[in-house]
Amino acid sequence: MINKPDKIIQKQLQGDVTSNSAFLADTDVAVIGGGVVGCAVARKMALKGASVVLIEKASDILDGASKGNSAILHTGFDAPVGTLEWQCVQRGYEEYLAIRKSFNLPLLKSGALVAAWTEEEESRFPDILKKGSENGVKDLGMLSRSEVLSREPNLSVDIRAAITVPREFVIDPWSTPLAYLMQALENGGKALFKAGVTGGEFTGSKWLLKTARGKVRARYVINCAGLYGDILDRDVLGSSEFTIKPRKGQFVVFDKAAHKLITSIILPVPTKRTKGIVLFPTIFGNLMVGPTAEEQEGRDDASVDRNILNELHAQAIKKLPALENIPVTATYAGIRSATERPEYRIIEDTERNWITLGGIRSTGLTSALGLAQHVYGLLLKKGAEFSEVANPSIPKVPNLAEHLPRDCETPDYGEIVCHCEMVTQREIKAVLESDLLPAGSLSGLKRRTRVTMGRCQGFYCSAHLAELTEGKFQEPIAVGETDE
Amino acid sequence: MSDTLKYDICDVAIIGGGPSGLAAATTLKKSGVERVVVLDRESVAGGVPRHCGHPPFGIVEYKRILSGPSYAKKIVKTAITAGVDIWLKTTVTSLGNEGRLTLISPDGPGALEANRVLIATGARETPRSARMISGQRPLGIYNTGALQSMIYLKKRVPFHRPLVVGTEIVSFSALFTCRKAGITPVALVEENKKTSVMWPIGYGTRLFGIPLLMNTSILSIQGHERVEMVKLSDKDGNEKDINCDGVLFTGQFIPESSLVRMSHLHINQITGEPIVDKYGRCSDPSYYAAGNVLFNPVKVAGKCWRAGQATAQWIVKDLMGTAKRKI
Ligand SMILES: Cc1cc2nc3c(=O)[nH]c(=O)nc-3n(C[C@H](O)[C@H](O)[C@H](O)COP(=O)(O)OP(=O)(O)OC[C@H]3O[C@@H](n4cnc5c(N)ncnc54)[C@H](O)[C@@H]3O)c2cc1C
Ligand SMILES: Cc1cc2nc3c(=O)[nH]c(=O)nc-3n(C[C@H](O)[C@H](O)[C@H](O)COP(=O)(O)OP(=O)(O)OC[C@H]3O[C@@H](n4cnc5c(N)ncnc54)[C@H](O)[C@@H]3O)c2cc1C
Repeated sequence: MINKPDKIIQKQLQGDVTSNSAFLADTDVAVIGGGVVGCAVARKMALKGASVVLIEKASDILDGASKGNSAILHTGFDAPVGTLEWQCVQRGYEEYLAIRKSFNLPLLKSGALVAAWTEEEESRFPDILKKGSENGVKDLGMLSRSEVLSREPNLSVDIRAAITVPREFVIDPWSTPLAYLMQALENGGKALFKAGVTGGEFTGSKWLLKTARGKVRARYVINCAGLYGDILDRDVLGSSEFTIKPRKGQFVVFDKAAHKLITSIILPVPTKRTKGIVLFPTIFGNLMVGPTAEEQEGRDDASVDRNILNELHAQAIKKLPALENIPVTATYAGIRSATERPEYRIIEDTERNWITLGGIRSTGLTSALGLAQHVYGLLLKKGAEFSEVANPSIPKVPNLAEHLPRDCETPDYGEIVCHCEMVTQREIKAVLESDLLPAGSLSGLKRRTRVTMGRCQGFYCSAHLAELTEGKFQEPIAVGETDE
Repeated sequence: MSDTLKYDICDVAIIGGGPSGLAAATTLKKSGVERVVVLDRESVAGGVPRHCGHPPFGIVEYKRILSGPSYAKKIVKTAITAGVDIWLKTTVTSLGNEGRLTLISPDGPGALEANRVLIATGARETPRSARMISGQRPLGIYNTGALQSMIYLKKRVPFHRPLVVGTEIVSFSALFTCRKAGITPVALVEENKKTSVMWPIGYGTRLFGIPLLMNTSILSIQGHERVEMVKLSDKDGNEKDINCDGVLFTGQFIPESSLVRMSHLHINQITGEPIVDKYGRCSDPSYYAAGNVLFNPVKVAGKCWRAGQATAQWIVKDLMGTAKRKI
């Protein structure tokens, strides 16, 4: 029997702040944080038959590191050999490919090229190939300069050679976690928004968590608070084994006219600190360059910087000269939850039934499903017993990928609201009026429909959107009325 | 997906039902062209003037001073009276060889084959992102076009105390619109040492009592949920913080020519204008362009109306086989 969610309750949970003394839920597992990792963990728990509540402090999912990434599904060819990160990336990769069709999640089978632009970079190829093969990625190949140029004729002729990574792909960074959480909710899970966890007490068998919305009792707690993972550990457990060192990555998004200029993800030869600056197609039909790697104090400050954007822009043109003539659509930044050490910080407080998934800094979109498997394994070891849902319900997410049919290709969509991204009124209404998981903020609506994310950035549709979203968000587009 | 692709043919298809497109359509009909179809993606025709709640519009066309919305209604009526077919909520999604257009509308995907096509898709302002402005990306950052449609079409205001950026004619429109909606700009900033246009800006800032900061550039936009502050810098590098709840980027018009960029037609890669000969004809001679999609800098509605008429006359000659083919 499938546990259908209580629609009314889910709507209430999404609503306004109740009172922080209210008692909200009693559950097997509380997942703190609605980033991609939290969504994947919640899904796994629900499918395994646990009662699960995902607790998020923002008004929608993906408010932290998961809101701005490169959306590459990594094979793990360059992951540190034999690490838990590598294992989770590989497992996450496999599971994503296995389940994505049933959710209607798209895949751009772009493949990647690790491109060498200098002799020094080329000299690192043997190491990269060796690491790839140690990591079980057996299909890496080599291309000479002329082979690279025949495959990617728009790349600068300065290219020297490349390693091919045929199974490095591009996915939809926002619909993916959304699909995970929707499946958790459709199979009995609950999600609480605007409910930042501020403290908690372990009573010997259960946790009583304090949130901004009220209290939640849980047998197990999984800390998936991303950029705030260390703070949460400190607030609740009293200490943290790691400290988050936020590392910002800025991006420049080029107009859709650039999409046809490359077919593969163009990776640089990685350095120790980062994967470096990548040129890549997006699932939405754009082309992007980024991300940078900038250490900073602020965990929320995703500011962009003109000089750095210009630098990125120039680097992109150097590698792909035709970009010179392509307009910029958008600029943004994402923040990685790096720590003082490069590896994932998976920490278990066995006595208190608390697991922290910390420091998931640059591969979390890929590894999330793998991490969820890992966490489930840890709970089993602790003796947790759940009975797996027999025929889990599988939600379909609306397609936003440019290469697949969009909603506007099916008649009776009302009208197109966002002309640049071809977003229909029907799509927007469906997200705003969803019983299961309505968008909780304008950014949430953007991530789930792409509205205003195109080249005009709202010149044509902001007014229409202000009207459609009236009364829906805590921070509305319009702040007042006028008789004019 | 709809299983039947709607297909139709016409003599001239006009993409865009703004002043230039409607002027051209009306002229074509009056010159005896049989089937003239205007395609516009919005649910109401009229183009940008629909949301310019202020005068002056219509002097050239009707010898009267009208507000944008009344003008928009009037040009639509003129076109319909002349026998123009206007298809609304119809987006042209690609320009194919020799006038083969693909369309999307709530009835489903479709195709329209036209003997000649006029591209009259207008222009829009450069958004914050393409200006590579530093800072956060909170709510409250708009262009004049968005502000005007919010105020004149939806009667809503997106901010109360914005910083306005730019000193083009449209910046004056922006100040005027703010004034009408009870919005008080905290300042008008201009990067250069001279305003882009002299008369209305000096006059407007004085009239509305808004500080005009010349030689001033934006260092960054700050604010978590909504805009809270903008950091400015003058020519000597003196920094200044200005509190505000929005930023309005005015002007720096660019052609709305993405259809052309994605097509086989030649385009000026830098400015984004379709490349045309002196008759307004594109590299594929089935296509023409007119209005603000071609004008750099952009022009007022009356000029676009005239341009639409003139191009239509060439199209008529071309259809009759009397136009000289000189590119
Ligand atoms: C620039 C960049 C590029 C990247 N590129 C890729 C890529 O191409 N491929 C890939 O696989 N990965 C990539 N990543 C990595 C990936 O995005 C991250 O690993 C992943 O998003 C981390 O997710 P998370 O769920 O751990 O954290 P987050 O997304 O930060 O989620 C944590 C959530 O917890 C909430 N929260 C915090 N504190 C509390 C509290 N006290 N109570 C309740 N809720 C709380 C936050 O609001 C947030 O929503 C990239 C990352 C960046 C920044
Ligand atoms: C903020 C602002 C204030 C202004 N104030 C004044 C003023 O006071 N007085 C004055 O005379 N002029 C003013 N103007 C200028 C005037 O609006 C323009 O000169 C005029 O609208 C240009 O006409 P157009 O037909 O070239 O383009 P537009 O009016 O922009 O019309 C283009 C049309 O094309 C449609 N379209 C675009 N792409 C597609 C597609 N792919 N498929 C289908 N349809 C499409 C659009 O929906 C639109 O209706 C102002 C402009 C702005 C932006």
